[in-house]
Amino acid sequence: MQWETVIGLEVHVQLATQSKIFSGASTAFGAAPNTQACAVDLGMPGVLPVLNESAVAMAVQFGLGINAEIPEVSIFDRKNYFYADLPKGYQTSQMYHPIVGPGEVEIVLGDDKTKRIRVHHAHLEEDAGKSLHEDYHGMSGIDLNRAGTPLLEIVSEPDMRSATEAVAYLRAIHAIVTYLDVSDGNMAEGSMRCDVNVSVRPEGQATFGTRAEIKNVNSFRFVERAIAFEVERQIELIEDGGQVVQETRLYDPEADETRSMRTKEEANDYRYFPCPDLLPVVLDRAYVDHLRSTLPELPAEKRARFENELGLSAYDAGVLSSSRPMAEYFEAVKAVCGDAKLAANWVQGELSGQLNRENMSIDDSPVTAQQLGELVLRVKDETINGKAAKQVFAALWNGEGDSADAIIEAKGLKQVTDTGAIEAMIDQVIAESPPQVAQYQNADPDKRGKMIGYFVGQVMKASRGTANPQQVNVLLKQKLDQI
Amino acid sequence: MHDKTLTELAAGLTTGDFSSRELTDHFLGRIERLDGEINSFITVTPEQAQASADAADATRRQGDAGPLNGLPLALKDLFCTQGVRTSCGSRMLDNFVSPYDATLVERLAAAGTVSLGKTNMDEFAMGSSNENSYYGPVKNPWDLAAVPGGSSGGSAAAVAAGLTPAALGTDTGGSIRQPAAFCGITGLKPTYGRVSRYGMVAYASSLDQGGPMARSAEDCALLLGAIAGHDPRDSTSVTRGVPDYRAELNAPLTGLRIGLPKEYFGEGLDPEVEAAVREAIKVYESLGASVQAISLPHTNLAIPAYYVIAPAEASSNLSRFDGVRFGHRCENPSDLIDLYKRSRAEGFGSEVKRRILMGTHTLSEGFFDAYYKKAQQVRRLIRQDFLDAFDEVDVLMGPAAPTPAFDLGANKDPLSMYLQDIYTIATNLAGIPGISVPAGFVGQRPTGLQILGPHFAESQLLNVAHQFQQATDWHLKRPSFGEENS
Amino acid sequence: MALELDDVRRAAHLARLGLSDEEAASYVDDLSRILEMADSLQAVDTEHVAPLSHSLDTTQHLRVDEVTEQDQRERFQRCAPAVEDGLYLVPRVVE
Repeated sequence: MQWETVIGLEVHVQLATQSKIFSGASTAFGAAPNTQACAVDLGMPGVLPVLNESAVAMAVQFGLGINAEIPEVSIFDRKNYFYADLPKGYQTSQMYHPIVGPGEVEIVLGDDKTKRIRVHHAHLEEDAGKSLHEDYHGMSGIDLNRAGTPLLEIVSEPDMRSATEAVAYLRAIHAIVTYLDVSDGNMAEGSMRCDVNVSVRPEGQATFGTRAEIKNVNSFRFVERAIAFEVERQIELIEDGGQVVQETRLYDPEADETRSMRTKEEANDYRYFPCPDLLPVVLDRAYVDHLRSTLPELPAEKRARFENELGLSAYDAGVLSSSRPMAEYFEAVKAVCGDAKLAANWVQGELSGQLNRENMSIDDSPVTAQQLGELVLRVKDETINGKAAKQVFAALWNGEGDSADAIIEAKGLKQVTDTGAIEAMIDQVIAESPPQVAQYQNADPDKRGKMIGYFVGQVMKASRGTANPQQVNVLLKQKLDQI
Repeated sequence: MHDKTLTELAAGLTTGDFSSRELTDHFLGRIERLDGEINSFITVTPEQAQASADAADATRRQGDAGPLNGLPLALKDLFCTQGVRTSCGSRMLDNFVSPYDATLVERLAAAGTVSLGKTNMDEFAMGSSNENSYYGPVKNPWDLAAVPGGSSGGSAAAVAAGLTPAALGTDTGGSIRQPAAFCGITGLKPTYGRVSRYGMVAYASSLDQGGPMARSAEDCALLLGAIAGHDPRDSTSVTRGVPDYRAELNAPLTGLRIGLPKEYFGEGLDPEVEAAVREAIKVYESLGASVQAISLPHTNLAIPAYYVIAPAEASSNLSRFDGVRFGHRCENPSDLIDLYKRSRAEGFGSEVKRRILMGTHTLSEGFFDAYYKKAQQVRRLIRQDFLDAFDEVDVLMGPAAPTPAFDLGANKDPLSMYLQDIYTIATNLAGIPGISVPAGFVGQRPTGLQILGPHFAESQLLNVAHQFQQATDWHLKRPSFGEENS
Repeated sequence: MALELDDVRRAAHLARLGLSDEEAASYVDDLSRILEMADSLQAVDTEHVAPLSHSLDTTQHLRVDEVTEQDQRERFQRCAPAVEDGLYLVPRVVE
């Protein structure tokens, strides 16, 4: 039987506010335990929440970024349950009237096709603290620094049909929130994590299968692995006559498998009701319009512009717009060198290759966009040839010089285009290679083309790579044929 | 000194008849001698009080004294006070020394007042007799066999007994007005949102409101001016400006339109209480007011709606008491659930547990629409009753409670206790202000007249109450309690 | 709506409230009577009435996004029953 996978994602994005969603405590990552948990975050008796305007603005910006409806009124509810990392015994969230209504996200698939994934809604809520399981005399330690950090929970429709689509969606969300600067998107620090709902059904079946929810997956790769494992598990289970149970599972990256979580609460009953300490949030049209007017260009728009206006291939446009740092780098290189295609080739080729080999992100590139732009400019104006350009790039990467021009100068890589100088080098090579010249002259005229390579190599070597290769070719042919 | 109103004491401080330190020591002495009999304080803070009094006297010497400077008062023990136990009348918080001050406490301190200590109360403000306190019941200074009312029973009894000239209470369903009536003092519940709730341990957040309890309407006006006003730390506190609540006190009542809700004079009302209220209304007529009957048709739904909404909010508000960050924690918990269950079982008293169970049940799946949502819809109807009434009249009047103070131990059934709040509870659902003023006695137990007004009509309520107190002397009566000792 | 012992137990568990058998049994009666009283709400037609969560028709004001709170861990943890290395201690949590 052919099986179809159905995936929906709930992505939790920590918003990049200075202070918490309901208190004036800092949201900075990595502080000593409980030093950033104020009375409100600790749920001290009598304290009250006051909503952070940046959290609201960032949520709305995200909503506008996915072309979502922004309802005029949104309301905070309490989700009641007890847990060690939840200080008040409830999480302040939005159950019935979320701040962001239905929207959609375009994802790019490997074959340059795009697909629209619907977003059901996105709502604001507060993050919980953390339980630390080092042994404190058989006890766990609770750190509430993270408690109250604003989260935007983005809930998709079950529109994805493969792990690849799910990862592409997650990447698209990541790109949007980082483009908008509403989150640092740092998955390693937990700024972005997701719950993955996975089910399978026989192809052609209209109804969904029973889904399992894989909680708290915190990297693109883990999302892919977790789905792959889970799909296989569910199919095997059904094919062996079993049934998928609706449950919460955990992905264990070390074992590369998902496991049923021991149910911490047998029957969840969150007893949602409107938080009486917070009033309805009302967003007037002018406010939303103002935020809309300040939105930066988003990935999908950038991709279209790169393709249509800059003439890049669909593939290049997709890759270069996929993340904000990549796009910004590329656009800076282009601005310096004035040639989009050359800039794209260099960013995609030499730079990305080197970054990948060294497992670095573009933010950490030792070669700045300005430096690369100047290098590309020297390629474009033929100051150096391609081979020398690679040498210059390597030198920039290794910090052997501050600019392409300085390195070209220091290493004498300036392309030699002076015909006289090239002819002198050719004459010398011919003089030093009687056997090869003889071979060339005895060869069939139609085989000579191949044989000229040897002489080109010798001339380039003599010029230490600086001779213009096209000129060398032309002049060599003339000289050899005249002998 | 202890028979004087806050206003009179303020005058004495201004003229230098006595210092704040002398005044403070006088009341501390009375508390020490007399409170053993009525149990109105949970915690007395003599050292802090004396230090504040000395500071207030110094401020006065420098010529910086405001109207409240140096005046002693007491705080219901659910206002968080930094460095002082804030127990809420509960074993759960018996060991809780608050790390911060409530906004109301901050404002009173900034005004130069002197806190004598923290008054007894029904646990987490849940009760109408002050019998639900971990620290034992409070006795009514007018009759030690009677309850003082609740939940601000300690505050009411302490004022009535002359242990403090004024106190702060909170009112979620009548908890300022009913004990004020039972103890023969004046108590004002402001409009919801008028006074900050920050640092006031929450019972039912959408209903709770702090307010003054004192010997006269004038005293309440003085105190309200100090505590009212927007607080950026309370989203539900309003930004509207604070008037001088004493400015209108002497306005004449000619032309005042008084509405008598017929539902407030029905079955269950003690005839002597009714007689006292009707007598009071005659006083108003003699002052030039007109009286008309009015109907608040949804009155009988106020108690059912309240006992759905308040326990629901409470069940969630009280979840933070889990034995982890503050408050009572059980010995040797075997696991997390055991920690929660035993800490909460040991820390909470039976009425608190009853309301947590009630609220948890009505919010849970399958019951939410039938109870919580329905109660919120009815709440709108109840508010509309008042809005409609205030199209016709300026204020509403009626009894503050159906009976005078009842005997300690007389109301063992929770349901019959709930019915005590029949005349006060709807105002909290509607968010409007109300004041209870002494209006006579049934035997030796006082009874109160309740006056209700539209949202933010505190100035008018205080004016109406003050004019009554200019024409009558019920508020000047003092119990014989403590006389032989003073 | 009457309430059964199981309802009380369920609510007690959700509310993490330990109850002895006798306590649970006594609450069945009390709570049933309170719910019965609450059932009088059902008689009112509220079909076209919006629920009212706050008595004032005001809206949420927003706080400027700035850090206004400094570290007060030591003060806050003075009232805590069990702390170590700045952490609140609870019986071991298994994930």
